[in-house]
Amino acid sequence: MSEQIAPTRTPAFEARLKKRYAAEKRFRALGLSAIVFSIAVLIYLLGSMTLNGIGGFQRAELEVPIDFTQAAISADPQTMQGSGAVQSLQAQGLPEVVQFYAVEALGEEGAEELGTQAWRDVADAIIAEPGLVERQATFWLPASANLSAGFDGEGSQEMQALASTLSDAGKLDENFDGGFFSRADATNPQQVGIWGALKGSILTMIVTLLLAFPIGVLAALYLEEYAPKNRWTDLIELSINNLAAVPSIIFGLLGLAVFLTIFPSYRSAPLIGGMTLALMTMPVIVIAGRNAIKAVPPSIRDGALAIGASPVQVVFHHVLPLALPGILTGTIIGMARALGETAPLLMIGMRAFVASPPDSFTAPATVLPMQIFLWSDEIDRGFVERTSAAIIVLLVFLLVMNGLAIYLRNKFEKKW
Amino acid sequence: MVTVVHENLENVEAKMSARDVSVFYGDKKAIDNVSIDIPTEYVTAFIGPSGCGKSTFLRSLNRMNDTIPSARVEGEITLDGEDIHSPKLDVVQLRARVGMVFQKPNPFPKSIYENIAYGPKIHGLAEGKDELDAVVEKSLRRAGLWEEVKDRLQDSGTALSGGQQQRLCIARAIAVDPEVILMDEPCSALDPIATAKIEELIDELNGRYAIVIVTHSMQQAARVSQRTAFFHLGKMVEYGRTSDIFTNPIEQRTQDYITGRYG
Repeated sequence: MSEQIAPTRTPAFEARLKKRYAAEKRFRALGLSAIVFSIAVLIYLLGSMTLNGIGGFQRAELEVPIDFTQAAISADPQTMQGSGAVQSLQAQGLPEVVQFYAVEALGEEGAEELGTQAWRDVADAIIAEPGLVERQATFWLPASANLSAGFDGEGSQEMQALASTLSDAGKLDENFDGGFFSRADATNPQQVGIWGALKGSILTMIVTLLLAFPIGVLAALYLEEYAPKNRWTDLIELSINNLAAVPSIIFGLLGLAVFLTIFPSYRSAPLIGGMTLALMTMPVIVIAGRNAIKAVPPSIRDGALAIGASPVQVVFHHVLPLALPGILTGTIIGMARALGETAPLLMIGMRAFVASPPDSFTAPATVLPMQIFLWSDEIDRGFVERTSAAIIVLLVFLLVMNGLAIYLRNKFEKKW
Repeated sequence: MVTVVHENLENVEAKMSARDVSVFYGDKKAIDNVSIDIPTEYVTAFIGPSGCGKSTFLRSLNRMNDTIPSARVEGEITLDGEDIHSPKLDVVQLRARVGMVFQKPNPFPKSIYENIAYGPKIHGLAEGKDELDAVVEKSLRRAGLWEEVKDRLQDSGTALSGGQQQRLCIARAIAVDPEVILMDEPCSALDPIATAKIEELIDELNGRYAIVIVTHSMQQAARVSQRTAFFHLGKMVEYGRTSDIFTNPIEQRTQDYITGRYG
């Protein structure tokens, strides 16, 4: 008399079952470790960048009290508003006055290490407030690159000694450098600012968006809703897909060959940069747009057509609003790529040294990633921190753009 | 083979009529020489097995087949004696006069109010908010939905139950004051209670609009229609009073279909 055991209750089956659960656990552990690894790398990257970059938002400054009542500097409010204000102050001997008081406050050695352009900060302060020349005032002026290196414990022994003497006397300190957000590129890391590149990026992105978004969306709508399906539209679709995969430097060459031939005087301008990046972004928008439009259920189109909506009304009242969240997502992906792009802009001259923020779409400009590239190439140690600071600015800009995209997408998203 | 048309039909004026209509998808003939008159007085039902072309024929009555690139219609279809393919009759105008309700409820992902108001708005049928409000209320009342949704007109139309959505679609079709309403299996996605409500609604709308309904359910055809056309393999096999078709079919194939031998 043998006992009957159901096949799913035999020891062999139970062993297999255990194996299956073990495999399940292994797989889950692998996935989890992959995520933990990615997060760790990300935290390391962001952490080291932030630690480095925070220094980039500060600069070593020397305290210089200036008694203008003893100096023959006049600041006529009328002149101070004109464009010749800085020259006027320079002609009146402002650099020498600053140098004199620097020697008085810091000694010969210390005054030597005042940044050569430090008097410009004083000039800016006078232009902002002409009444300053009637009284005494204390300024924190940028120190030379050598001294600030000494302050950080790097550089030569003498500099380190001088830095510690001055800082013990309270005359040398690291201060938050608000001017970093209002200045442009310079040869001295103490004098550089990010605003020039940031503004260049903003202007370039505006041109890119204004060109690529309407053209991309209209192309996507036409191809999906109107174009007959034949060999020609297949060819166009293939070309657009290929265009999205073309290396970006090729677009730069195209911009150089076409746009700069047509507008030779706009070299380095955000207008040309934006046009070049628009070429690159448009196919991404077309592809994302077509997918979003395809995802709108045909029953919605039928419903609208059946109560007598014309094809244009169907598109603009129903299809486009429903596809918009998807189109926006694609647009932002394309724009984010364009924002980080350097190669095509190299070709059209946006790697030039631009010492003042661009004041129009046609003024010479540079962009954030290009500025990062240029600074990282500098020999001066002071640029290392500035480069990290610029990277943080670029990442924050990207984050703001993505945040805006998510906000817009959620706002327009509808369920059906 | 010729369509068998019962001889005992009352002589009523046709709202729409089709003469020798054939519909092609590319080279394939989906509808073969169909001729039929659709009166306002009765509900006309199209029955037949899947793939027999009844939906195709229905969609050619308001030129919805135009949206399929390979589709081609031959023969003459008239609305009040006017050829619907003539350049004089605009397709947008035609669809405003010949409304359609689809198999799957397809309300717009907008508010209930917007769903109904959309048609009158694009055709300029109502001036001002008050008039539009009145049209929305009238349409919802006729579709028997007013009492259920009057307090939540701003809610999304897609949040309603399936049956309510379908009545919303009927109300949407009614809102532009059509002369004909085409219904393509309007109850196939609904439960029996919702189906009963739609059938009731069809009864109420009968006489005000010429109604054509495509259905797979022979019981439904028997319940709601007074005229029935039986389609098979792209041809209209038999056309007559619903009672006659179901009790006294002349054609053998009709007999086979309604007794459930195929389809």
